Amino acid sequence: MKALDKKVLHLIEEDPRLTADNLAVMLEKEIGEIKEIIEKYEKNGVIVGYRTLIDWEETDVESVTALIELKVTPSRDKGYDKVAEKIYRYSEVKDMYLMSGGFDFTVIIEGKTMKEVALFVAEKLAPCEGVISTATHFVLRKYKTEGVIHGAKAAEDKREKGILM
Amino acid sequence: MIDYSKILSSKVTSIKPSGIRKFFDILDEMDDVISLTVGQPDFDTPWHIREAGINSLEDGRTYYTSNSGLLEFRREVCNYLERRFGLSYTPETEVLCTVGGSEAIDLAMRAVLEPGDEVIVVEPSFVCYGPLASLAGGIPVVVNTELKDKFKLTPEKLLAAISDKTKMLILPYPSNPTGGIMTKEELEKIADIVRERNIIVLSDEIYAELTYGKKHVSFASLPGMKERTILVSGLSKAYAMTGWRLGYACAPKEIMQQMVKLHQYAIMCAPTTSQYAGIEALRNGDEDIEFMKESYDQRRKLIHAGLKKMGLDSFEPEGAFYIFPNIGKFGMTSEEFCEKLLYSKHVAIVPGTAFGESGEGFARISYAYSVEHIKKALERMEEFIEALK
Repeated sequence: MKALDKKVLHLIEEDPRLTADNLAVMLEKEIGEIKEIIEKYEKNGVIVGYRTLIDWEETDVESVTALIELKVTPSRDKGYDKVAEKIYRYSEVKDMYLMSGGFDFTVIIEGKTMKEVALFVAEKLAPCEGVISTATHFVLRKYKTEGVIHGAKAAEDKREKGILM
Repeated sequence: MIDYSKILSSKVTSIKPSGIRKFFDILDEMDDVISLTVGQPDFDTPWHIREAGINSLEDGRTYYTSNSGLLEFRREVCNYLERRFGLSYTPETEVLCTVGGSEAIDLAMRAVLEPGDEVIVVEPSFVCYGPLASLAGGIPVVVNTELKDKFKLTPEKLLAAISDKTKMLILPYPSNPTGGIMTKEELEKIADIVRERNIIVLSDEIYAELTYGKKHVSFASLPGMKERTILVSGLSKAYAMTGWRLGYACAPKEIMQQMVKLHQYAIMCAPTTSQYAGIEALRNGDEDIEFMKESYDQRRKLIHAGLKKMGLDSFEPEGAFYIFPNIGKFGMTSEEFCEKLLYSKHVAIVPGTAFGESGEGFARISYAYSVEHIKKALERMEEFIEALK
């Protein structure tokens, strides 16, 4: 990947609110060139999407997250991918990874309550074709998500005002 | 009743408090101000550096160090200066670890100045030089640099300021507040002038790591200059370590011996925890510098373009993290302009006069802030400028 492309991706990964205009100024490039880069990676799926990180724990909206370890039997012709597809299609599944080690998939589920998540695992995941076993771990507290520390108040400026240096 | 007017030292009472205190008092009382005033990095100190400080505490490194600082720290300073700026200093005799760059400036002046010695202070510049020179018995002689020279010290201006009483020249580049720098060729012309005379150069290179495009040239690296240069720097700006109060001075051993004496009686030693953190920074922090510098550089371009678009002219700063736009065309003094901006749009920037009379007509804007913060400030400033037109 070209150094410029990498820079653009890093910058919008940190802050998707940066406009093409901002990026062009900051990197001393033509705005057209920046737009082309972004479009290219949007089209080829490198830019997967634009999301806002929200800490629901800080609100009065009920939310619970669970990490499920799944052991599965890969399907005969399409291996793990076929099994995975049946699982990640559920909107409750937030993240899903194929793993090395003692189990096959990590599935991150988000639901309103523990009961709701438990039911989803019991009624939807466990019966899925190819699934051998599940182990559900509930998240008790989130410390860091996507590289951002929770509760750190991104906007907080810890510097004292009124010091002239 | 005790009469304090007879108690206090006139040397100290005669020093004027900073003229813009009033401005900062207003700022303190206002809520929802978007401030672009702060002169320190917005990054937390990188974690591995903080961890080294924490580890030193856990290991019980809670004692004084030698007066000059841990030899290991001084060695790392020398390695760092050689690696980054091609300088060669001896850790045992030519390096002193200080409480920030400011202490080093104070020591340097007190070590060399005799009553009546003239000290050439380049302005606009950081506020401490004049008062510290006076306290050390010297007489500050101000050289006003100009926008047309990109706030560089020109040989002509320097020659005009030199008298047979000149003892010291203070070179504050890269410059706070202007963002000006001096190239090797420009410094060589200054070197040619001081070479012929018995003038000591106090080179304050605290922003040495923050130059954009051109690499910083250390004055002591020029031929023949090491013997007459006191290099002052620190870890505050390069490694985002302002609160650690960690700086250093490098000078020929004859000068250094005297500086160590002053430091020994007034300070003992710089904080031990900070010195251990500093060792880690100097040893393994080059990447942190690059990361932060690139970030400042992007914001620099953003703010320069933003100011230009709204009709606030400023030369493109090449160092530090300040931009110094010319606000003269609006028919207000710097202080009026900044107060009006603060009251009407709740954006705070520092009047140029805080950095010397030649700062009149300018304002200092710090871009050590997040891009979002800068964008918001630019929006409000644009509204302000539109209303003035």
